[in-house]
Formats: sequence, structure tokens, C-alpha cells
Amino acid sequence: MLSKTLNISTSPHLTRGMSTGVIMLNVVIAMLPVVGFAVFSFGLNALLVILSAVIATVSTEHVLCRLSGKETTVGDWSAVITGILLGLTLPPAFPLWMAFLGGVIGIALGKFIFGGLGYNMFNPALVGRAVLQAAFPIAITTWYPAMAGNRFTSIEGSVLTFPFAQPVFDGASGATPLSAFKFDHVVTDSADLALGLISGSTGETSAVLILLGGLYLVVRKMMNWRIPFTILLTVFVLSGILNLVDPEVYPTPGFMLFSGGLMLGAVFMASDMVGSPITQAGVVIYGIFIGSIVVVIRIWGGLPEGVMYAILLGNALSPQIDRLIQPRVYGTKKK
Amino acid sequence: MWGVKKNTFRHGIHPPEHKEETNKLSIRQFPFAPLIILPLSQNIGAPAKPIVREGQEVVRGQLIAEADGYVSVPMHAPVSGRVRKLANVPGVSGKMIPGVFIEPFPSSGQEVMEGTPVSLEATPEEMLKAIQDAGIVGLGGAAFPTHVKLKVPDDKECEYLILNGIECEPFLTTDHRVMLEQAEDIFTGIRYLLKITGAGKVIIGIEANKQDAADHLASQVPEDLPVSIRVVPVKYPQGSEKMLITSLLGREVPSGGLPIDVKCVVVNVATSAEIGRLLPHGRGIQERVVTITGPGVIKKGNYLIPVGTPLRFVLEEVGVYEDFSEVYMGGPMMGMAVSNLDISIVKGTSGIVVFREKDVTRSEKVYPCIKCGECVDACPLSLNPSKLGILAKFEDYKTMAESFHLMDCFECGSCTYVCPSHIPLVQYFRLSKSIIRKKIQMKRESEDA
Repeated sequence: MLSKTLNISTSPHLTRGMSTGVIMLNVVIAMLPVVGFAVFSFGLNALLVILSAVIATVSTEHVLCRLSGKETTVGDWSAVITGILLGLTLPPAFPLWMAFLGGVIGIALGKFIFGGLGYNMFNPALVGRAVLQAAFPIAITTWYPAMAGNRFTSIEGSVLTFPFAQPVFDGASGATPLSAFKFDHVVTDSADLALGLISGSTGETSAVLILLGGLYLVVRKMMNWRIPFTILLTVFVLSGILNLVDPEVYPTPGFMLFSGGLMLGAVFMASDMVGSPITQAGVVIYGIFIGSIVVVIRIWGGLPEGVMYAILLGNALSPQIDRLIQPRVYGTKKK
Repeated sequence: MWGVKKNTFRHGIHPPEHKEETNKLSIRQFPFAPLIILPLSQNIGAPAKPIVREGQEVVRGQLIAEADGYVSVPMHAPVSGRVRKLANVPGVSGKMIPGVFIEPFPSSGQEVMEGTPVSLEATPEEMLKAIQDAGIVGLGGAAFPTHVKLKVPDDKECEYLILNGIECEPFLTTDHRVMLEQAEDIFTGIRYLLKITGAGKVIIGIEANKQDAADHLASQVPEDLPVSIRVVPVKYPQGSEKMLITSLLGREVPSGGLPIDVKCVVVNVATSAEIGRLLPHGRGIQERVVTITGPGVIKKGNYLIPVGTPLRFVLEEVGVYEDFSEVYMGGPMMGMAVSNLDISIVKGTSGIVVFREKDVTRSEKVYPCIKCGECVDACPLSLNPSKLGILAKFEDYKTMAESFHLMDCFECGSCTYVCPSHIPLVQYFRLSKSIIRKKIQMKRESEDA
């Protein structure tokens, strides 16, 4: 007679076979070419800065989980993403101890105190970076040129600054394309911008590789394309209008799209599912909002770059968007 | 932006279909089990009241239990044999329910008893009574008593009779085979249904993966019947009444309402075939078509199985691989996993799906909700499962029901299917709904007292 102890579970008995851990791992994979290019163009300095940030985020997450008596969550790869993103937004010769501190703060204050993955309001990498920007305004705006001849053989002294000591910057080149434009009104060549032959944060310089990484995630249905698309479209349209009004004063939309952290922010940070609205209509509002803030800060603000603050504001707004924009439930009247 | 597109409904999912494994296999008669165990409660409503006693001989098709009230249907003997005992039997949920045990006569020819025919000349009321007397319930899976569903309230009218040939559950092909093999019965059923509902038009809705069935029915439509056959794109859960009405007509059944509120009555194609087959002979349901399938089954197929056939006997007959580990009654999306093999095939059993350990894609690892929005884009009712899931954790049932329309959820499981964090959303909703129902009931009782 047929007899068997059967497994029982509640329906549905089929699943899509996707997991949050796999999505996060794929985000890491999508960012690897960007990391590779950062190391290629800024050398050992960039590699050390990114590594320092990743070690900080992963170890902080692990230690905090253990301290609170929970199973460690580093296996979901989200802390790695935070570390890489933070590293990619820092200048190439940023002191390692500061990068590490940014990672610790990003995870501890940006993520863990809210309850960990899924409960954080803000993108943890940007929380870390915002604190660093406030604490170390000089270090975070001191840039080095890309493709320096000795980039694979020597490490800048500032990178190895002793913890809590002030770094000394030698041979800094000063301007990113955005700051050159803002303060000196110098326009960088668009091809250089797209390919990343420019100064800037470690990971913001190659728009092409960032877009390819985003495309990979969109094709694998692991990213909502509407977020980067609406942000970039908004920036393009608004700056295009301004440029038409007065090309002498306002930069071209191409320059706006390919300079600074916009690509990196739009593709890899604003698209973070946790910090963005849950409905498709909400996501479009969120993207338009972020794109508009970027243009406002860059054109009229005191800072050359506004992507970080724009995304943090977008994160803050997204629960409110979710509150207002709910799908119309089947069989209920149109509001 | 929110307009309803013709020919489909909003959202939904595309699970792998697995229908090609059985959709070419004709319906075959299943052998009689050595002991038929007939549960007397197979549907919503009161269990039937047995009118036989231990040791009594019964003939196949004979009435053995009477309906107990309006939302209840009688039971007929699925075999000729001897009543061995009346005792409790396990239901699919594990709950014990009253049942009748019948030992078939091995030598019997198993002729089916004829009853009093109800012809197409009868009144709608007589037909509804006949449908109840035949023990007919919805054969699509929900098993709601058909006569209750067909009764059009006096202040409502029925414009469309919709026949549901969608069969959106993966693996199942019973309706597909019924449409291919029982077209005549379906159309006879439609004649009764038209008279009962007063509908002027009939639409048979069929998913595009059953084009052969649509073509066959189209070639068989009697000239005097106002039937149109509509093939719609494949999408789960289109077999739900609400989704089907929207796909075919673009109408939305109001929240908390019924199809009749948008002038429709929806009946499963197999139910219509059953009506067309049973009423002219005054017989009752004794068997139904069941798809026995899944990677754990050796002789997959569509079988005509007597109601009350124990699951163990079914699986022994078709053969299962040694390492089978899960058995679902119904489809894999909405069906129930059975805890033991002592339960029986009932009128609502559209399929038995057997999985081995290695076929199970479910993951035990649950991540927090990352608000990816996949569930929001999957829910056919445009509910917000993510938000409902969070509210369920906080046990905020009031907000779930009042602000987020939880009670509309029909538990199709699309949200859980897509969730990358493996949150058992639909299970949260089942529990929340039953808690809310209980609270409403308690409130009502305290008000009465």
C-alpha cells in the first residue's frame, strides 16, 4: 500500500524562482565594470578607497547583527552594494579612514537603526556620503586627474592618512567638469565626459559603463527602468529649455547628463527599490522630482553638484508619494 | 492611463503552463476503488444528510444523502454496492467531516439509475430545483452550489451568460478535454442555462493555449444558439470570474459585488456539460474529469473518476515515482497540499498534481520586503500586497479591510508567486480575512445579545 509522509505548505506551490539575494548579487555584478573602470582610470588609490568602504559596510552590518543577537544579513549582498556605491562616490585620493567611517555611518545610521534592509528610508551609501561631505568638506572636493602615469605604481599620501589625522593633498588637479563649469565657466568636451577621461569621483566618470550596467539589470527585470529614465529625461528637458533660453549662461543638456554623479545616481542609487515608491505612477513622480532638484541645485545652488541631495530628498518624499498614489482597486470608482 | 484594455485584465502573471503533458490525452474511465469513501460536505454550505443505513444496498446514481437547506446539495451513490458504514472521514483541510463508505459489488455492470427527466420545456424554477437535486456544484474548483449561483435576483437582469473555458491553473487540462470531447453536452447545458438566467447572449471564453478547443466548439455551435467564442491571451488568474468578465466585456464587477451586478452569470464549461448530461436523465453527479499530472506521476492523464475514490487508490493506479513528496488537490497556484492520502476525490477536484522534492521551487529563506513593487504589478485586483503584508504584521486588520480592500482578495497567489523575498503574502491575507470575518461575526453576536 502506498504510504508516505507528505510535505504540506500553503498555496501557491509555484514561485518565480527569484530571490532578493540574487537581485542584490546582480546589482553588484552590474557595478563591477564601473568599479573596474574606476581602478583603471584612477589606479590603486581608487581600488583602496572602494575596498575600504566595502570592508566597512560589510563588517559593520555583520557586527551590528551579532550585537543585536540576530543572524547576520551580509549574505543578502545589500551591504556590499552600499560599500561599492559609497566608494564610487568618493574622490580617488580620499583618505581610507574617512571612507571607512563613511561606510560605518552609512550602515549604522542609514540602515541598521531603521531595522535593516527594507526598512531604511534613505539610501545608506548616500547617508554615509552626506555625513562625510559635512565633516570633511575639503577632502571630499579634492580631485585628482584620471589616467595619471604613475597610478598603478604609487599611492597618494592622502589615501594613507593616519586615522583621525588631517590629510595633506599633493598634486591635486582641482576641478571636475561641473566645478570647472560652475566656478570658471569652462565646458568639458562631451566625448571625454561620456567615456570618462575626466576628473571626478572614482565611479562617476564613465557614463557608458554605468548605462550598460543599468541595461543589464533592466533586461534581467531587476531594476525599474522608469526611475533612471524619468530622472535623465527630466534633466535633459529642463536643462534643454534653459539652454535654449540662454546658451551663454546655461550648459547644454548633454553636458548636464554626462557630468558629475547624475548617471551613477540615477542608475544605481535612485533606482534602489527600498527608497523609491512602489507604484509605477509614483515612480514617475519620484523621477521627475529628483531630476528637477538636480537641475535646480546645479544651476542655481551654491554647490556644483546636487545629485546626492536630490536623491536623499526623493527618498524622503517617496513614502508620501506612496501614501497619495495607490493603484485604483478593481471594482472601485475612479477617484 | 488607467483605462481597461479590451481582451485582457490589468496585471496578472505568466507561470509556466505545463499543459502539453496532458492536453492531448483523451478522457479515460478510471477503475472503481475497492472502497468508496464519500464525504458528505464537499462544498460551501451545509453537509448533506444521509438517508441510507449501514448494510443497505445502493444502486449507482441512487440518492443517498439529501440537501440540508438551500445552500446545500444532495449526494448520489457513485457505485452500485453495499453501504459498509457511516462515519467521519478526513477532508482535504484535515478536518473530519461526515461520510459514507460504500463497498462496490465486483460483478455489477455499474449501470446508472435513471431518474425523472427535466426537459427544456420545464420552467426556470423546475430547472434550478433539478440542478440542486442533481447535486451540481461549480466544477472549476470553488464548488459553489450551482443552483444558488444561477438564481438571478428579482431586481437584477442577466445580459450575458459567460462560459468559463479559461482553465488558467498550470498543469490542468480537464476543461480543455471536456471542450474537445463533450461539446454536445456543453451546448445542451447552455440551453438550460439560457432559460434559467434569461440571458440573451452567450460568450465562451477560452485562453489562446486551447485554440483547438475553441475551433472545435466553433464548428459545433448549433445554429439556433446565440453563442460567440472568444479566444483571449493566456494570463493567470483569468479563470477568476471577475477577471474573465473584464477580459471579455471590459466591465468591472463592483468591489464586494457579484457578476450579476454587471449583468453577467459565469459558469464553468464542465458544469454546463454536466447540466446538459444529467438533467435530461434526471441523474445526479457520480463522477468527474480529473487531470492527474505533475512530474511525480508516471501515467499522467485525464480520467473520469467516481466521486469518493480515495486518493491513495488513484495514485496507486497511475503510479508515482518513489521520491514524490507533495500532492496538490486542484492546481499548483490555488490548490491545497494534502497531508495524507486517505482523503477522497470530491466534486470540486479538478486536478491532482504530484511533485517530487526536486520539483519544488519554494524557498524557506524569507527576506524583508524591499518594496520592489512586483506584487503591486501582479495583483489582478490592483491591491497593494506589500502594504497589506506590512499591515498584517502589525495586526492592523481594520486598516487592511477599510483602506486597502483586503476582503476583495480572492487568494490567487500571484503576489506570493512573484515575491523575491519569499514572503507568504497570500497566507497572511487568508489568516487576516478569517480573523476579520470572525470579528464581524462576534460583533454581530454581541449586538444581538
